[in-house]
Amino acid sequence: MNFIVSILISLIAVSILVLIPWIGVGALDLRIIFGVVVPYAALLTFIAGIVVRVLDWARSPVPFRIPTTAGQQWSFPWVKHSRIDNPKGTVGVVVRMIFEVLLFRSLFRNTRLEYRRTEGGPKLDYEWEKWLWLAALVFHYSFLVIFLRHFRFFMEPIPGFVHLLESLDGFMQTGVLPLTGLGVPGVYLTDMLLMLAVTYLFVRRIYVPQTRYISLPQDYFPLFLILALGTSGILMRYFIRVDITAVKELVLGLIKFGPSTESLQGIGVIFYIHLFLISVLIAYFPFSKLMHFMGVFLSPTRNLSNNSRFVRHINPWNYPVKYHTYEEYEDEFRELMVEAGLPVEKQPQPSAEE
Amino acid sequence: MYDGGKIIVGLIACLAFFLSPFIYDAGTAAKAPKPVLTEKAKEAGECVNSTPYMKAWHMHLLDTWRHTVVRNDERYYSPRREARMARLDKNLFDQWRHFVSDGARRYVPKEDKVYYKSLQETCLDCHSNKSKFCDECHNYMGVTPYCWDCHIQPEEKK
Amino acid sequence: MAKNPKPEELVQIEHKPPLMKGWMETPVELKEGIYCYGAKAKNLAAVEMPNARDWNPAEEDWKLPEDWKEIIEEGFKDRLDKFRSLKLFMDICVRCGACADKCHFFIGSGDPKNMPVLRAELLRSVYRKKFTTGGKLLGKFAGARDMTYDVLKEWWYYLYQCTECRRCSLFCPYGIDTAEITILGREMTNLLGLNTDWIAAPVANCNRTGNHLGIQPHAYKDMIDFFVDEIEEVTGIRVEPSFNRKGAEILFITPSGDVFADPGTYTCMGYLMLFHYLQEQGLDITWSTYASEGGNFGYFTSHEMAKRLNAKMYAEAKRLGVKWIMGGECGHMWRVLNQYMDTFNGPPDFLEEPVSPITGTKFENAKTTKMVHLVEFTADLIRHNKLKLDPSRNDHLTVTWHDSCNPARGWGFLDEPRYVLKNVCNNFYEMPPNTIREQTFCCGSGAGLNAGENMELRMRGGLPRANAVKHVHEKYGVNMLGCICAIDRAVFPTLMDYWVPGVGVTGLHEMVANALVFEGEKERTTDLRGEPLAGMEEEEDV
Repeated sequence: MNFIVSILISLIAVSILVLIPWIGVGALDLRIIFGVVVPYAALLTFIAGIVVRVLDWARSPVPFRIPTTAGQQWSFPWVKHSRIDNPKGTVGVVVRMIFEVLLFRSLFRNTRLEYRRTEGGPKLDYEWEKWLWLAALVFHYSFLVIFLRHFRFFMEPIPGFVHLLESLDGFMQTGVLPLTGLGVPGVYLTDMLLMLAVTYLFVRRIYVPQTRYISLPQDYFPLFLILALGTSGILMRYFIRVDITAVKELVLGLIKFGPSTESLQGIGVIFYIHLFLISVLIAYFPFSKLMHFMGVFLSPTRNLSNNSRFVRHINPWNYPVKYHTYEEYEDEFRELMVEAGLPVEKQPQPSAEE
Repeated sequence: MYDGGKIIVGLIACLAFFLSPFIYDAGTAAKAPKPVLTEKAKEAGECVNSTPYMKAWHMHLLDTWRHTVVRNDERYYSPRREARMARLDKNLFDQWRHFVSDGARRYVPKEDKVYYKSLQETCLDCHSNKSKFCDECHNYMGVTPYCWDCHIQPEEKK
Repeated sequence: MAKNPKPEELVQIEHKPPLMKGWMETPVELKEGIYCYGAKAKNLAAVEMPNARDWNPAEEDWKLPEDWKEIIEEGFKDRLDKFRSLKLFMDICVRCGACADKCHFFIGSGDPKNMPVLRAELLRSVYRKKFTTGGKLLGKFAGARDMTYDVLKEWWYYLYQCTECRRCSLFCPYGIDTAEITILGREMTNLLGLNTDWIAAPVANCNRTGNHLGIQPHAYKDMIDFFVDEIEEVTGIRVEPSFNRKGAEILFITPSGDVFADPGTYTCMGYLMLFHYLQEQGLDITWSTYASEGGNFGYFTSHEMAKRLNAKMYAEAKRLGVKWIMGGECGHMWRVLNQYMDTFNGPPDFLEEPVSPITGTKFENAKTTKMVHLVEFTADLIRHNKLKLDPSRNDHLTVTWHDSCNPARGWGFLDEPRYVLKNVCNNFYEMPPNTIREQTFCCGSGAGLNAGENMELRMRGGLPRANAVKHVHEKYGVNMLGCICAIDRAVFPTLMDYWVPGVGVTGLHEMVANALVFEGEKERTTDLRGEPLAGMEEEEDV
């Protein structure tokens, strides 16, 4: 399977996912299914899936202490210890994990190989490459902010942090285009950043020969799904408006386990497409690589301290092994050892008599 | 080593984050506020455009009004004419403007009414009850329109 | 043995994988010069490994048991249940590609399946098919594939093209460690008797005789006695090492490569001289012929085999009644000692917390494992001014420092060796920052790959390291590459001759011994290798 097939498969899959609610609500008017049943099922899958997957990881032990040490160990007081990159205890690990999870520290180390053949032989350079890190950071934080901004639909009364996020995110106070009629509502920076970052991640995937080669359909699929999700959201906000009061009423109804069928009626199809795509995304989440969200916390090369020489680490399935004992060794080499003047436990018998 | 305790605590924290609305909303009303119409508004029977349109697009309408009045000196709004123009106009830009700004082509009132484009003199003439007609929904959705940065808030009769 | 290509031929490396043909559609092709010979029956049988038979990777038939697929599946499942790392690393990779150009084998070969991510995908694809719903249902569309004979061969070919150096894991945003995947993948191939002989033979030897070359106790002692004579020739001092001596305070264990292979032998002489120097100050140390291998080839086979070989260290320490153990200069030996030993075979409650008998320094960071690195010990001595050193005796050397992968990324042993180095030599230059410390490049021959028949692979894998050496060789005139790893010392001379002629290889304690000023020694005109010291060249000619 080459990258074109992989991309096509994902593209077709996402297109079908857009068509399903479009037809389902637009043509067949199955509002209860797409407005109530699907979101509930998706959320249930998401929650149950995450719990099952994480517990399944947790079921397997961490038999050995295998942190990847990225700095100087703790040794003598006069040797500068790298507290974060080579933690000796919990505090260091927590800081390391915070850097890892919130700032993608490992990815920040990224470099790009520059391989040249010159007269004097090959030349290898490791060039500055922070774009992947930057795009990843922008993508994840935009997604987080957008998710939190959506809390205005999820919570009543709306908590203060949502207002704060909205005012920060929308501080440009300008419309999406300098055209009449597109001056309101003001754009959110994160909307644009998310779309840009996802586009970058996609373009990078097919532009860099190595990532193009390793990419699977399940790498393109979430990118396209998120692009479609973002597009539907942006369309809904600026171009194909729906009655958002009804949307909030529906969402709150879902959260309170009593969705009003009345509100289902007053909302445009674009909303159902948006809702369906997010439902698919969260239902797909536990069964996909997106579980890196949980997995990064459990990674034994990052979340363990490098203390196995001074704090004993227990392997729960440790079992005794047979090893070649000194007695067996001496039995085999006793004469030779005595001859060479090496001490032995038992002196060799001078003759065959017992 | 399993660290089961830590994992379960982390898992619960994570789920609590995702499910926080379920906890937060327990006990609050799910119903959206309904805008209250004044007697005058009820009497008028119709707005400058259809109700579904006004629900979703009123801020666009106001924005367009502001723009066309201030920049182009176009002071009157006729839903019928807007709808017709949208169909006739060959200019892509204008078509776009008509489409996104008022969607009027979908709504053609029987009577050819013309409205004076003014928030204070037209809109607020009927909807003089800002707190009941505007604010409740705006608060419900967490939006703070900057209309009143320039316009004077109408004094409401108790 | 395949003819090794010349450097000019070897540098024709293309780092762009094929555009249209996917990796799953590209069957493995075993190239001579890249893989090692298959494990011989006698070496597998010697340590009770399954499916012991003579086999040849180049042949179609690898003489597998009938039910090999079930064995692999069972073995995979077993390891998923035992290692969270494996489960997690199978599940969470997003294929961002950050690891791709970090691997020395990919850099040196351009073979896309040497990208760490793809090496892991070789296992992941099978994992998806067997253990995930998506993979079972969607097959290829979910990146899943069946375990076939070809896939098994692909596993074997690429799992034995990884030196478990962990450089990729440093850059992975989730810390996915290809070393861990390689270790567990190799465990699975070992269920079918698919080891390489360059690992299986040392394992069998280490198990029986204590060292990887299978040298018997009397010959081991002979070798050391030979060093004693050599040392006397250069310095006029006669050192007196002891073997298997009960009641000594410290047991010393070093990789046996130091005893048998140049230039490690000079490092070994360095150990002997340092111990002798400290004898008067109260160092009471003994060597063991039984536990005479610090390096652990079992670690390249399976966790169990690593544990079996490692067990001898504590067993010998207990038998001899020493207080603690000191370890010599070795790479993966120290990853095992730091991250596995106590968990494998501890707790060593018959030992005491290590304290330097010379300086009284407590080695707090070795409190439970009770094993101290010789370089830590020496650094502490130098810090306390316990050694009289004349660094000018290393003036004929311009040195750069190679951080061996395992001490660097499996422990963080970076500054102690530099401290010692700076105290024993005057000309020291670092290689570029992206190639040292935690970002250090592997020698390209670790994890059991330092055979002769895979020379092309070794030269390819060593290219990034050699290129960095070449940089300082050209810029500062570096003529000596220092390191604390026996495999490094064994393989770097070949690598340097190939890519950077004119650069030698040394262990740290060879340089320490060169600089160490003994009372009553004769004036030194040469170093331990018999090379004239700086300023002594003329006198030599007389």
